Amino acid sequence: MAAHAENLSPEEAKAKNVRKILTVTAILAGITGVEFLLAFTMPAGTGRNIIFLILTIAKAFYIVADFMHLRHEVKSLIMALLLPTAFIVWLVVALIKEGGAMYIGRF
Amino acid sequence: MATTTNAPVLGQHRTIWDGGTEPLKASYGKLMMWFFLLSDTFSFAGLLITYGMIRYSHSSFGEYLAATGKPETTPFSFSIDYWPVPEQVFDAIPFFEVHLPLVFVGIMTFILIVSSVTMVLAVEAGHRMDKADVQKWMLWTILGGMAFLGCQAWEWSHFIHGKGAIGTLMPDGNLFLGANLVQNQYGPPLFADLFFFITGFHGTHVTSGVILNMLIFYNTTMGVYERTGHYEMVEKIGLYWHFVDLVWVFVFTFFYLI
Repeated sequence: MAAHAENLSPEEAKAKNVRKILTVTAILAGITGVEFLLAFTMPAGTGRNIIFLILTIAKAFYIVADFMHLRHEVKSLIMALLLPTAFIVWLVVALIKEGGAMYIGRF
Repeated sequence: MATTTNAPVLGQHRTIWDGGTEPLKASYGKLMMWFFLLSDTFSFAGLLITYGMIRYSHSSFGEYLAATGKPETTPFSFSIDYWPVPEQVFDAIPFFEVHLPLVFVGIMTFILIVSSVTMVLAVEAGHRMDKADVQKWMLWTILGGMAFLGCQAWEWSHFIHGKGAIGTLMPDGNLFLGANLVQNQYGPPLFADLFFFITGFHGTHVTSGVILNMLIFYNTTMGVYERTGHYEMVEKIGLYWHFVDLVWVFVFTFFYLI
């Protein structure tokens, strides 16, 4: 961890790390709160779904980057894990389009 | 992180061709955990995207009203003709007969996020070689995991037994209350199937996570990691536990919110 590099005492390192963890926790709780608010105040539709998607990816970013420490790994490891998820993006586009075609075929 | 902890790293004194180097500057165990999680990401993505595809291939309530010429103000009721609105399905909490959409699933999300936080704190304590702190935070994490599983058991039970007293008209002309893999009162059969598959697959992951957390707690208590000289195992299981939390974040959005 960065704390070791800066030669902090164990108490200082603990305080610093715990502060960081609590900050991320507050961000995650805040985003979830916003999602709840939107679920009850905004009419359902594509616009709201896109906002939900963005907020979810933001939460995922904080969990993976800070809780799983991926932010502190070497760049090649980050890329080795992030690039394959492009296949997921492709599958989303392909199957949602397929679902729409099935709907048209049925009704 | 293995390269920056003060603790000795396994294989430090080996030669290059004997596992002496760490590719991507991460230990073997952590790399393998990361790649396992990547493959698990594909499993869950497959399930959630299937949900999206099947949902798009069914009528939504609005599309059904438009197609049948009913007014837009028609109140929502369950029918096998269209996909249900999630907040109408998941609106119950234990012990109270009230309509509180998404509150219970919100509590479950909160429990899982908190247990993820206590896991990070356990990992942080491991970096400082603080055995008592690791034990304390691991116990909280185990408790959080169990609380989540208890909530899910209640939610499943409520979903299976059904709500209301009448049930929904099935294609065979009978009324059906509750849900199983063949028919359900909430909407098309695939709705309940996907509910059982997706939350069940996630719940299985939580269950194995709780068991792994218990093993870590046991090993910590027995001083295994103190003797090894580092708490990297807590980090590796921590990665898995955060992943389970991460998956729930997506399940929450795609199954309950959208």
